[in-house]
Formats: sequence, C-alpha cells, structure tokens
Amino acid sequence: MSQTTHGTTAEHEFPKEHYLNAAHGWKSWLLTTDHKRICILYLISVSVFFAIGGMYAGMIRLELVTPEGDLFQPDTYNRVFTMHAVMMIFFFLIPSIPATLGNFFIPLMIGAKDVAFPKLNLASWYMYLMGSSLALFALFKGGVDTGWTFYTPFSTTYSNSYVSTVAVGIFINGFSSIFTGVNFMATIHRMRAPGMTWFRLPLFIWAHYATSLIMVLGTPVLAITILLVGMERLFKFGFFDPALGGDPVLFQHLFWFYSHPAVYIMILPSMGVMSEIIATFTRKPIFGYHFVAFSSMGIAIIGFLVWGHHLFLSSQSVYASLVFSFLTMLVAVPSAVKVFNWGATLYRGSIAYTTPMFYALGFLGLFTIGGLTGVMLGTLGLDIHMHDTYFVVAHFHYIMVGGALFGYLGGLHFYWPKMFGRSARGFFPHLSALLIFVGFNLTFFPQFILGYLGMPRRYHVYPEEFQVLNVMSTAGATVLAIGYALPVFYMIWSLKRGEIAGPNPWGASGLEWQTQSPPILHNFESMPVVTEDPYTYHPPAQEGAGQPAAAHSAS
Amino acid sequence: MLDFPLFPESASTFAPKVDALYFFTLALTAFFTLLIFAAVLFMFVKYRRTEENQVGDPIHGSTLLEIIWSVIPFLIVMLLFFWGAQVFWVGVSIPEDAREYLVTGKQWMWKIQHPEGHREINTLHVPIGEKIKLTMTSEDVIHSFFIPAFRVKQDVLPGRYTQLWFEATKTGEYHLFCTEYCGAEHSQMIGTVTVMEKDEYQDWLAGGIVGSSPVASGEELFQQYACNTCHENSGDTLRGPSLKGIAGNAVTLADGASVNRDENYLRESIVRPSSKMVAGYQNLMPTYQGQITEEGLSHLVAYIKSLGSEADANENSGHGSSDHGESHDDEAADAESTESTEASAE
Ligand SMILES: [Cu+2]
Ligand SMILES: [Cu+2]
Repeated sequence: MSQTTHGTTAEHEFPKEHYLNAAHGWKSWLLTTDHKRICILYLISVSVFFAIGGMYAGMIRLELVTPEGDLFQPDTYNRVFTMHAVMMIFFFLIPSIPATLGNFFIPLMIGAKDVAFPKLNLASWYMYLMGSSLALFALFKGGVDTGWTFYTPFSTTYSNSYVSTVAVGIFINGFSSIFTGVNFMATIHRMRAPGMTWFRLPLFIWAHYATSLIMVLGTPVLAITILLVGMERLFKFGFFDPALGGDPVLFQHLFWFYSHPAVYIMILPSMGVMSEIIATFTRKPIFGYHFVAFSSMGIAIIGFLVWGHHLFLSSQSVYASLVFSFLTMLVAVPSAVKVFNWGATLYRGSIAYTTPMFYALGFLGLFTIGGLTGVMLGTLGLDIHMHDTYFVVAHFHYIMVGGALFGYLGGLHFYWPKMFGRSARGFFPHLSALLIFVGFNLTFFPQFILGYLGMPRRYHVYPEEFQVLNVMSTAGATVLAIGYALPVFYMIWSLKRGEIAGPNPWGASGLEWQTQSPPILHNFESMPVVTEDPYTYHPPAQEGAGQPAAAHSAS
Repeated sequence: MLDFPLFPESASTFAPKVDALYFFTLALTAFFTLLIFAAVLFMFVKYRRTEENQVGDPIHGSTLLEIIWSVIPFLIVMLLFFWGAQVFWVGVSIPEDAREYLVTGKQWMWKIQHPEGHREINTLHVPIGEKIKLTMTSEDVIHSFFIPAFRVKQDVLPGRYTQLWFEATKTGEYHLFCTEYCGAEHSQMIGTVTVMEKDEYQDWLAGGIVGSSPVASGEELFQQYACNTCHENSGDTLRGPSLKGIAGNAVTLADGASVNRDENYLRESIVRPSSKMVAGYQNLMPTYQGQITEEGLSHLVAYIKSLGSEADANENSGHGSSDHGESHDDEAADAESTESTEASAE
C-alpha cells in the first residue's frame, strides 16, 4: 500500500492511457458501454437537473420573503414548488449517487472490468434522458401544479396542467432505475474478483445492493400507479375519483408504497459513501462492519412496510395507523445503529482533515436531526399537529440535503481524483462545505419552528407573524446557493490544473485505489485477487510486508 | 420586528397532551444530537492525524456495544409509540355527546353549519368548554381542516365523512388552515375560529340569521325526493328498509357481510344504493350520485340519524333471512320522532 503520497507535490505523472482518452469523438461517448463514461454522462445530466431544481428553490424562497403573494400568481407558485420537487427527487436525488458514483465504483471496488450488463447500463441513461426530457418539455410548456405527490382526485380530475406529460416522463425514468438496480445486483452477485467474499465487500457495495433491491421491487409499483392516473385522466376510469366510484386514498397507498422506500433509495447510497469516507480518513475498519451492512438490508426491507405513516390523517383506519407507526419506530433502530457505529469508528482513529471528512462530520449531525425529527413525525399523537406543516418540510430536507446530498458532495470530492486523475482540494472546497453546512441549517432550522407554529406547507401567502422566520430561511438559502456554486468553478478548474493525484491520493484501502487514476478502460491491468478484509490498514512498520492486520473479530 | 412567536398558542383540552409529547421528543432530539455532535467533535480533535503514515487502531467492533445501542433506541421509540398512540386515541375518539357541526370544504372555502342551522363561511364560532365535533366532507378534492391552536387536524375527503373533535379552553380568535394541497388558492383556504364565552355564544346565535337546522333541511329533502314512497320513517317496511332507528346499527348485507350503518354507509346508500344491498331487498333504488349536493347529503344523513339510533331500536340488526323480517315493534320510540309531522302524512 502506498500511503506516502498524501499531500505532497506532484510526484506522479498523469497516465498516458485511460478511459477518458481510450476513444474519441461524440459517438464514443453517446454509444459507450464503459461504466465509467456512463457515470460521466449521468454526472453531467444530474448536475443540470440539480441546477434547475435549485433555481426553483430560489424562486420559492424569494416569494416567501413577504407574507403576501407578490412575486408570483398562486398558480405559478404551485408550479414552481412542484417542479422544484419533481426535478430534485426524480431527476437528481434518486439517480444521483447510484448512477454516478455507484456506476463508476461498484465494478472498481469488487475488481470487475465493468457492470454485468454494459448495454443495459447505457440504456438506463437513455431512459433517464427520455424521461427527463419529457419533464423538461412539460416545464417549458407551463409545468405541473399538483405537487410532486400527485394526490387524486386533484391530479386526475381537477388539474389543468401538464400532469400526463410529467407522469409519462417519470414512468419512463422509472425504467432507468430498474435497469440500474438489476444491473448492480447482477454485478455484485456475479462479478466479484477472486477472494472478494460477501463480507469483504466495502460497505458502499452493501448500501448499493440494498438500494438496488428497493429500485427493482418498488419502482414497478410507481409505474403502475402512474399508469392508473393516466388512464383515469384520459379515459375517466374511476380508480381514484369518488365521483366515478373510485377511492382517492387508494392512490396515496400506492404512491407511498414506492415513495417512502424511495427516500431510502436516496439515503442508503449516501450512507455507503459515508462508510468509505470515514474508514479512509480514520484509516480504520468501520466499527461493527456486519451491523452496518445488515442495517442497510434491514432499512431496505422494513422501509417497505412503513408507507402508511403518510396517511395517519387520511381517514385510514386507526388500527392501520397503529401498525404503521410501530413499524416506523422500528426502522429508526437500524439508522441509529449506523450513526453510532460511524461515531465509534472515529475512536482511536487517525483522522485527516479533508473536505470529504468535513462532509461526513456534517452528515452525522444533520442526519441525526433528520432521523430524530422523523421519529417525532412517526409518533401518532404528534403527527396530528405536525402533518403537512413546515415541520415536515424541514425534516425531509434534513434527510435529503443533510443526508443524501451531503453524501453525494462528500463522495464527489472523495472520488474526484480517481475519476479524473487530478485533485480538487484546499481552501475553496473547505469553504464550500462550510457555507453549505451553515447555509443549510439557517435555511431549514427555522422551518421546524414554523411548522410547530402551524404554517402549512405549499402556502404561497401566509400570516404575518411567520415572516421573520421565513426571512431567516431565505437568508440561509442565499448562503447555501453560494456554497453550491463554488464547486462548479473549482471542480472544473481542477480538471486541467488540479494536482496530479496518483493512484491513491488519500492513502485509502480498497481495490479502486490500487489502479491508476483515471483508470484504464478495463479498470485493472490484471485480475486483482483479494486477500484481506475491507478497510485493512497496516501500521507503517509493517508497510509492504503484505501481512494482514489483526483478524476480523467474529462479531 | 424581532418580536415573533416561537411557540403556538394552546387553546384546547387536547393541546397540552400534544405539547407534552412535543417537549419530550424535542428534549430527546436535542440530547442525542448534542451527544453525537460533541462526541464526534471531541474525537475529531483528539484523534487527528499527526503523522503522515499514521493509521488508526484496528478496532473491529463490539457485540456488547451493538446490543446496547440497539436496545436503548428500541426502548425509547417504543415509549414514543405507546405514548403517541395514547394521545392519538384521544384525538380520534369522537365523543358521542358533542355538539355536531357540518363542514363542507370546496375549492377554496369552508362552509360550516351549526346544529341550529346557522351557516358560516371561513369562520367558525364555538362556545368555550364544550365538546364540539365536526362532520366533514368535500365537494371536490381532498382538503384538510387544521386549527393549530387546538392541535387538531383531519383530512376532508370527497365522497365520505371524516370527523374531528375539540374542546376550546381559551376565548379568542385562532387560525383555521387548509393543510392538504388543493389547487391554486390553497393558501387562501383559511379562516378564523372564534371561541366565545357560553352566554356570548348564545347571544351570537340569537343575533344571526337562522336557516333551517340540518335535520329539518334533511326532512325537507326527504319529502322533495319522495324517499318515503319506498322508505318508511316510522318503522314499517315498504319496498326498501325502514329508516327508523338504523343509524349506528349493524346490518347484514345480501352477500352475507355485516356492516355498521354509520354516516359513510348512509351516504353511500344514497349515492350508490346498489353497492351495499341489505339482505332481502331488491336492487330497485336509482342512484342519486350528482343529484343531491354534498350539503344536502349531509342533511339527509342528519335527518336519518335523528330518526333514532341503536339506543331506540336494536332489533334491526343481523338476520338477513327474511325480506319482511324487519321488526315492527318499535313504535314505542316513535314519540321522539313525531317532530317530523309531515313525513307521516304522505
Ligand atoms: Cu415516508
Ligand atoms: Cu388546501
């Protein structure tokens, strides 16, 4: 292991041959089956949708500076918050980590040349492209005003916006999720290098395995739900509209059967990234590896059984609400186990102060708040008051930004040198992480207070006494926006000017750090053979002796 | 400018129950967040990397610790589950003896009717210290009725009734919000709840223009649609079941299932009579879907409920074998419903 390269001047040469110059021309990109290039395609596309979703977020915060509805017409405002959520959830957060970092690093981490089905991988990107283009088209035509939850019968009977177009976009995009999930599962089962047993897999892989399970089992339900909405809108089928003999709450069950697990599609990969970052920058094995691995699977499985916690006030039976509240409480336990294990990993570690590690630190704090406020919402008596208020908005942003997005940004900074061969580190990445952390809290913490005060979500106009907290929130969003903008500049700058990284700039364990940066087309010069547990770090005295560290405890 | 609230007013008997849960869970959240943040920051400084080649101690885990930090969170969330369920139970147990208001939501207003017939739009006047229940439905999309100061909220759905109850403890004016997104003017589907002293409320009632009460309007509709050609309101059985004393009673359906004839059943039996046929009757009744307004339906239901409940007649339940087996012997309870004078004339 070479961990002596850390932080020193460029003693590496940029490799002559790598996946980025293995072929040339636009065709070599648009028809590529290389998982690393597909990662780049996804990276560019999800960044575009993040930017669009972010712009909408800015418009929301700007409107809410004053209690009156002075910036937008009510109808416009409704389209703005709907498009913010649709863009962020379906076209950014869900594909973000799996389709970029997952695509790039799953094969590298398990010592494979590519994913199991490279063409399916490319097809998944095209599905994403088609789905997202349709959504963009709807956006230019005027957008949707149903909220991302598309509740019936508003969406089926009353809305005059581009519901069907966006629904078809989400339907098609669902296939990209399914393709990715199937591909990852097959890859993890079949493509592991010799010696890469299940319990030598990095936790990033376990997290993606759990995510893929949800993608494959959950997404078809979303597809069916959308189909039913479409049929009702076009042919007046009467599944959901009581005027036609349907049941509007049926839609909510179907929708959340996918959309609650979808929250775990967003957060589990981020948890995987956290395990990698924390292990690398403490140079230690993750505390309780097996517990962290199994908690991912536990979250994925129990996560399928809690959807009814969105329906406590929907006229669902009290008995059902009790069961769903109980199961929601259970799913909090594996999440808590993860946080405690990451925290314990810091103990007696060799902690490096790097940008990814700062993101991990932020993640631990914000995810804890997000998770515990989730438990508050799952508490039946409290949810009566908090349901559909800004408390919910604050809670899920702590999970989706503080959790999922921090994982994505931390992971991007962490893996950037491997992906492009040059590092992006130093003052500006640190500053950006700090601004995002501070800006995020300033934006969303006041919303918890607003929520308990009773401010409902999706309000365009609000009573005057809520103004101060809303202004704070908008001020925070401004800081957040600066934090988000900085990486655009220094990341692009680093592609040309960044310090040459070498194979293992962080001194990390793991197969992905043993090949050159950026990797060659087939990832490894020769088939790697795995002889050690993950996150095995050898004290300097034994360096190069190839001697495994202390045996893995039989936990 | 910096004088803004951080905590909502608490003005119902239910509010302190929710607030207690809130403060407890808030303290719990603060405690664990601070604990984790402090521990992480402390270790972040204490175990910072001092030499380039330094590695961390190869500690792999501890089963004992895993058990401890699984069991403790489990016990805490179970406590929250039971406590939360108990508070929820109070919230959803609608008191029988409460004053019943009818609420109809539509894009984008709340129409409210008092038991004596007074109508209001986007305002709700209630007396202090009295149990109030709202029976709610929607004319179009899903809405949600939320009074933050009372900590009560309930979705309001088209095609069915939902209920909510509260008992105000403090006079004053409070916000009423719609909390289920319902289209363009969702944030304008708001109103004011005014809690008054009991005598003030009586004055207010006396001063208002009184329409007919929901029961009286229901009776009028009953006449208007000639429901009595098939449905006797005195206990006799014509082509359809008698409506006397059926509200709140169980009945056996043609398919053998048993249902409780609550407000939702009554409503459905008017708009879609064929969907839940009582055993022993033929499917003769036409649908009234779209012919009677939502408020009209609420009135009809109120009228049928006024014809007595299980307290008056409990013979109607069950045995679906005989088509004319409905009992005739509940005339005794008739006296109570003779306020419906014209009804028996037809
Ligand atoms: Cu959920
Ligand atoms: Cu509304």
